[in-house]
Amino acid sequence: MIALVPAAGIDQAIDDVFGPFATWLESIVFFAVPIAGTKVPLIVGWLVVCGFFFTIWLRFLNVRGLKHAVDLVRGKFTRADAEGEVTHFQALATAVSGTVGLGNIAGVAVAMSLGGPGAAFWMTLCGFLGMSTKMAECMLAVKYRKIRPDGSVSGGPMYYLRDGLAEIGHPGVGKVLSYFWAICILFGALAGGNAFQSNQAAAQIVAVTGGDQSFFADKGWLIGVLFAIAAGAVIIGGIKSIARVTEKIVPFMGVVYVLACLVVIVVNIDMLPGAVGAIFAGAFAPEGIAGGIIGALIVGFQRAAFSNEAGLGSAAVAHSPVKTDRPATEGFVASLEPFIDTIIVCNMTALAIIITDTWNDGDAGTLGGIGLTSRAFETVLPWFPIVLAFAVVLFAFSTMISYSYYGMKGTGFLFGDSRLAENVFKVVFLLFTVLGAAAGLKAVITFSDCIIFLMSLGNILGLYFLAKVIRREFDDYRAELREGRIEVVAPEERIGGSST
Amino acid sequence: MESVLIGVDQSDASTRAMTFGVERARRNRWKVLVVYVVNWNPFGFTTPEDNEHRSAEREKEIAYARTEIIAPMVALADEAGVECEALVHHGKPSQVMADLARDRGLDLIIVGRVGDSGLREAIFGSTASRLVQHASVPVMVVP
Repeated sequence: MIALVPAAGIDQAIDDVFGPFATWLESIVFFAVPIAGTKVPLIVGWLVVCGFFFTIWLRFLNVRGLKHAVDLVRGKFTRADAEGEVTHFQALATAVSGTVGLGNIAGVAVAMSLGGPGAAFWMTLCGFLGMSTKMAECMLAVKYRKIRPDGSVSGGPMYYLRDGLAEIGHPGVGKVLSYFWAICILFGALAGGNAFQSNQAAAQIVAVTGGDQSFFADKGWLIGVLFAIAAGAVIIGGIKSIARVTEKIVPFMGVVYVLACLVVIVVNIDMLPGAVGAIFAGAFAPEGIAGGIIGALIVGFQRAAFSNEAGLGSAAVAHSPVKTDRPATEGFVASLEPFIDTIIVCNMTALAIIITDTWNDGDAGTLGGIGLTSRAFETVLPWFPIVLAFAVVLFAFSTMISYSYYGMKGTGFLFGDSRLAENVFKVVFLLFTVLGAAAGLKAVITFSDCIIFLMSLGNILGLYFLAKVIRREFDDYRAELREGRIEVVAPEERIGGSST
Repeated sequence: MESVLIGVDQSDASTRAMTFGVERARRNRWKVLVVYVVNWNPFGFTTPEDNEHRSAEREKEIAYARTEIIAPMVALADEAGVECEALVHHGKPSQVMADLARDRGLDLIIVGRVGDSGLREAIFGSTASRLVQHASVPVMVVP
């Protein structure tokens, strides 16, 4: 009985149960094959190959389409009939606030402590490849979205897997994959989108309130309960204003975070060439890193995939309600997401950690996650970790809200919008918020990684099946664009675009 | 024939502006364009749930504006026998009205001094004062 466990021991008790469970799941899900003497988990290969495939399959559209993507977000192609609807900017901003989370701050730190500076190189490459995967999945999410009789719009892997595969003559496979994905997103929402977020936010709160001496030390569960109350107010209590306020503050905190990283970099500007050199040297000839190049590559890719979610299908849900009659447009826009998340934000964290040399600290491995980023910040200004704590809590919270929504869409698909199922999911979700804050980082991150693999399994398989559909859609759109059939809307006719 | 844009919302000031504008239109044989703008920002931040229901919500906003805001205003014009067209738009009210007046070559914009957005407008300035500053046609503000 929980009542018999002394307060200080609750975290330990939770970890004792959760830890072995995560390890057990890992042993089943993670099948690693030895390559050049290092065990390579198949998850990494699966995500990388997919990114490579779509980058080549779409002929580097992730790079060639970058300018067009930015133009779309700025509303250059938005016609007047989109007035009052979800704009490309809004769809992207909503998806990004679900994606930019603790993976960018704590996940990157984990990559640095395990893989050294070289991991940042592989992380960036993964972000680059992820742009193509994201492009493909978000285009499909718009193409096969569902508009319900009440006018609400839902989309995501569950729909494009089911209906897209049915369209090309594989209804059976489509059904299996869509249900499998919907089940996975339930767990994904509990793990990486929730438990991991509350775990690292709690860690930082403990750190800035006094570390081991903190009132909250050994009371991670208490922080978890507070998070659960706030999240519960939104998802059970229906107090949407909390979510709306969060959505408005998060972009601001994102800018503050990037600025803080830049301050750390600028203060150590003389070390910058060395840091960049260390990234390249570490990528191809790492020293003292377990597994050498492959070791650095694996952690880099793994943490980048964890952060930008390309291939997981989760963000596709957030991109689907955009107002457009050309699904390809949202594909272009979505490609900006890994660019912002991984190539910009993750690299900021990485540079801050490398330039301050905190990744090299003897205890970096045990400190792990957010603690390492916090230390890098601290070297410049002692109160920076407090700024970090605010950013972290907000990022964690907005990611939790987004993921609870993704999870609800999964429940809705599986149980036909049953109220009971949704309510059960909400309660379990909040339980995992507490669980995540109480359990150890290792258990939480292992659990989250397992779920990510499972999510990408069905989704990416579906993407391969639909590869021809994906390329045709982009090719047709680009042809029309070239022939001038899709025109730039004149500035004075853009909605909210012209100034008077 | 000259034409005038009258910007309306749910406030008393807007009803006064409409009454004032319709009276001038009747005397001078002006054409009236009644406009209501739902406050909306294409670069605003939204939640995934907002986005899911946005399209349906927009329809509701337009339907509500037509029956609750526009219809009584058009009735005022009809009573006075003034030719009247009505529009509902989404966007930033001052900007949409100024753009409409410019694009359609209207001669005058009439708005109430205080709109119905209350405190926010009090802090950030009102639609009326923005129109006065930015519109390319004369603006008449009714107290």
